[in-house]
Amino acid sequence: MILELKSIYKAYVQGNMYVPVLKDINLSIEEGEYVAIMGPSGSGKSTLMNIIGCLDKASSGTYLLDEEDISNYKDKELSYIRNKSIGFVFQTFNLLPRQSALDNVALPLQYAGVPKKKRKEMCLEALDMVGLSDRVDFKPTQLSGGQKQRVAIARAMVNGPKILLADEPTGALDSKSGVQIMGLFKSLHEQGVTIIMITHSDEIAAYADRVIRLVDGQIISDTDNPEVAIKYQESLKSENEENSEESPAQVDEEVAE
Amino acid sequence: MFENIRLSFQGIWSHKMRSFLTMLGIIIGIAAIIAIVSTIKGTNDQIKENLVGSGDNLVDVNLHTNEWQYMSGNDMTPEGVPMIDDLIKEEILAIDEVEAVSAYRYGYSMSGVRYKENLLDGAMIYGIDDDYFSVNGYIVNKGRLFGENDYENESKFVIIDTVAAKTLFGNENPISKSVEINSDVYVVVGVVEQVDTFQPVIEDVNDWYTYYYDDAAGKVFVPHTTWPLMFYFDEPYHVVVKAKSTDDMTNAGKKTAEILNSYITYVDMEGNQPYKYKSEDLLEKAKAMMDISASTSKQLIWIASISLLVGGIGVMNIMLVSVTERTKEIGLKKALGARKRAILAQFLTEAAVLTSLGGILGVGAGIGLAYLISDIAAVPVAISGVAIIISVAFSMVIGVLFGLLPSVKAANMNPIDALRHE
Ligand SMILES: Nc1ncnc2c1ncn2[C@@H]1O[C@H](COP(=O)(O)OP(=O)(O)OP(=O)(O)O)[C@@H](O)[C@H]1O
Ligand SMILES: [Mg+2]
Repeated sequence: MILELKSIYKAYVQGNMYVPVLKDINLSIEEGEYVAIMGPSGSGKSTLMNIIGCLDKASSGTYLLDEEDISNYKDKELSYIRNKSIGFVFQTFNLLPRQSALDNVALPLQYAGVPKKKRKEMCLEALDMVGLSDRVDFKPTQLSGGQKQRVAIARAMVNGPKILLADEPTGALDSKSGVQIMGLFKSLHEQGVTIIMITHSDEIAAYADRVIRLVDGQIISDTDNPEVAIKYQESLKSENEENSEESPAQVDEEVAE
Repeated sequence: MFENIRLSFQGIWSHKMRSFLTMLGIIIGIAAIIAIVSTIKGTNDQIKENLVGSGDNLVDVNLHTNEWQYMSGNDMTPEGVPMIDDLIKEEILAIDEVEAVSAYRYGYSMSGVRYKENLLDGAMIYGIDDDYFSVNGYIVNKGRLFGENDYENESKFVIIDTVAAKTLFGNENPISKSVEINSDVYVVVGVVEQVDTFQPVIEDVNDWYTYYYDDAAGKVFVPHTTWPLMFYFDEPYHVVVKAKSTDDMTNAGKKTAEILNSYITYVDMEGNQPYKYKSEDLLEKAKAMMDISASTSKQLIWIASISLLVGGIGVMNIMLVSVTERTKEIGLKKALGARKRAILAQFLTEAAVLTSLGGILGVGAGIGLAYLISDIAAVPVAISGVAIIISVAFSMVIGVLFGLLPSVKAANMNPIDALRHE
C-alpha cells in the first residue's frame, strides 16, 4: 500500500458558513497503480488530490503514506515529502516564466540540495525522457502547450518520486498533445511510478487501470478501467440524453476536439 | 544562496524602473551621508593638518589685557608683570608636556634697518634668548649665534634671517657688516634660516597678524638683553613652548600660562587682574572647529537617515507587492518542496540585494556629490573607506529589516492557497 486515506473529511469555513467538501473518503492505492479520478466540477477532486500531495491538510481523518501516518507532519517534513516522494503536474503547467526549461526542471533538485553539477546532468536526462533535449534553453513563452506540459513532467519526475499527481494534465491541451502526454504517463507507469490523475475526459481516463468517481465529496464508484470504456461508448450513443449533467457535456467537448 | 542572488538580480533587472525608483530613497540617503561625511572629514583633515599635524607642536603663550592680546607698542611693561628669567623657564621646562621653552620680545622699528643705502622697512626686531632658534626651527646659514657673553654684555650684535639678508645685502656677505637701527650701529654676526616653516591656515585677523605679518619682511634678532636698549623701553616677554607631542599642546600651553600668571602681581583699582598670559592653543581651536563641523554633520546625517527610513518603507512596500504578484510562484515552489526558510531566504536576499545595490549606487552618487561640493565650496574631500563599507552594510541591513515582514508573509503562505491564487 503506497498510500491509504481513512475517513478523510475536509471542510472550509467561509464567513459563518461551513462548507463540507470531502466526506468520509476511504481510499487505498497500491504501488504502481494508475488511477484516474473523475467527477463533476466542484465535487472535490482537486481538494482530494491536494491532500494526497501534502499541499493541503484534511480537517480530520488519517493519511498513511508508505505506511507512515503523516496527518500531523509539520511544514518541514511535508516539504521533504513533496520534494522527494511526490511529483506534481498541473493543468496550467505552472512553469516559472522567466526561467529556461532547464532551470524550471532544476527547481526540485535545488530544494533537495543536489550539487549544481549533478543537477544539470539530472535535468538533461529528465528533459531527454520527455523528448525535449533540443529545447533545454527555451523559455516557457517559446514553447507550445504540449511542450510546456512535458517540461512540467520532467520537473515532476527529476527527483525520482514514486508518486505522480496530475490535476487535469491534458485539460489545457489539444487532443494530439494530450495523447502525447498520455504516452509519457504510460511509459512512467511501466517504469513502476504510481500515477493519480484527475480528468473530465473518459477518453483520457481510459488510459488508467482504475477509475474513482467523486460526487459531492464522496466516492460513488471505484472500478477497474473496462467499465469506463464501456460507459464511454454508452455516452457516445446517448449524447443528448444527459445534457443537464456536467460530465457528459465535458466529454462531448473532448470528442469534438 | 548564490542562486538566490542571481535570481534577485534577474528580478531587479526585469523591473528596472520599479527597482530604481524603490532604490531611490536609499540612494539619496546614502549619497547624502557619504557626501557629508567626506566633506566634513576633508575639512577636518585640513584643519588638523594646517593647525597641528604639520606643525612643530609650538604653542604661543602671550600676555593679554582682558580679552585682547597685549600689543607691543610704546607702553612700558606694566608693573607687576614679571621679566621672564631662567628660573621661570626652568619651572616651565619642568612641566611634563613641555620639551623646550623660549622667551622673547619683538618690536617694530619705525626707521627700519639700514645698510648703506639699503633699507629694510617694516622689519620686526626680536629680542631673543638662547633657545629661540632651536625651538622655532632655525639653523645657522652663515656666521654664528649669540654666545653667553653677548647676553651678559648686552652686545650690539644682530643676527638676521635670509629674507632680511637678501634685502639688505643682496649677494654681499653680511657677516661683520654694520647696520643702523634706531640711530645706533649693530654688527651682523650671523644669518639664520627657518627650516620647517609652520604656516597654519586660520581665518582670523589675530592669527593673520601672528603668522603672516611678521614673516613678510624678514626678521632681525638681537639678544633679549640688548632689546630694551634699542627701543628705550621694556616690554613683557612672549613665550613659546614646544610640546612633546601634538596632543600635549593644550596642556603644555595651559600649564605654562598658569606658571606665568602666578608671577603677575598687578591688580587694578577695582581689584581685577587685567593682565594674564594665555596660550594660543591651536589644537583647541582645531578641536572647536572640528566639533562644530561634527555636530552639524550629525544633524545632517539624522536628516539623511530619514531618507533611508523612507527608502526602507518603500522597499517594504515594493516587496509586499512583489510577494503578492508572485503568490503563485511561491505556491509552486512550495509544491516542489521548497521549505519556509528557502522562500524566506529568497525574498530576504532580494530585498537585501535591492538595497545593497541602492547603497552602492548611493556611495557612487555621494562621492560625485562630495567632489561637486568641494568644487563649489572649495572644501577638500576625504573619501572614508570605513564610511563606504558601513553605508553599504547598513543599506543591506535596511533591506533585511524592511524585507523581513514581506518575506515572512511569503514564507508562511499556505501552499494550496498560493497555488490557487489568480
Ligand atoms: N479555499 C477554499 N475556500 C472555500 N471553499 C473552497 C476552497 N477551495 C475549494 N473550495 C470548494 O471546494 C469545492 C471543491 O473544489 P475542488 O477544486 O476540489 O473541485 P474540483 O472537483 O477540482 O472541480 P473542477 O473539476 O472544477 O476542478 C468547491 O465547491 C469549492 O468551492
Ligand atoms: Mg479541480
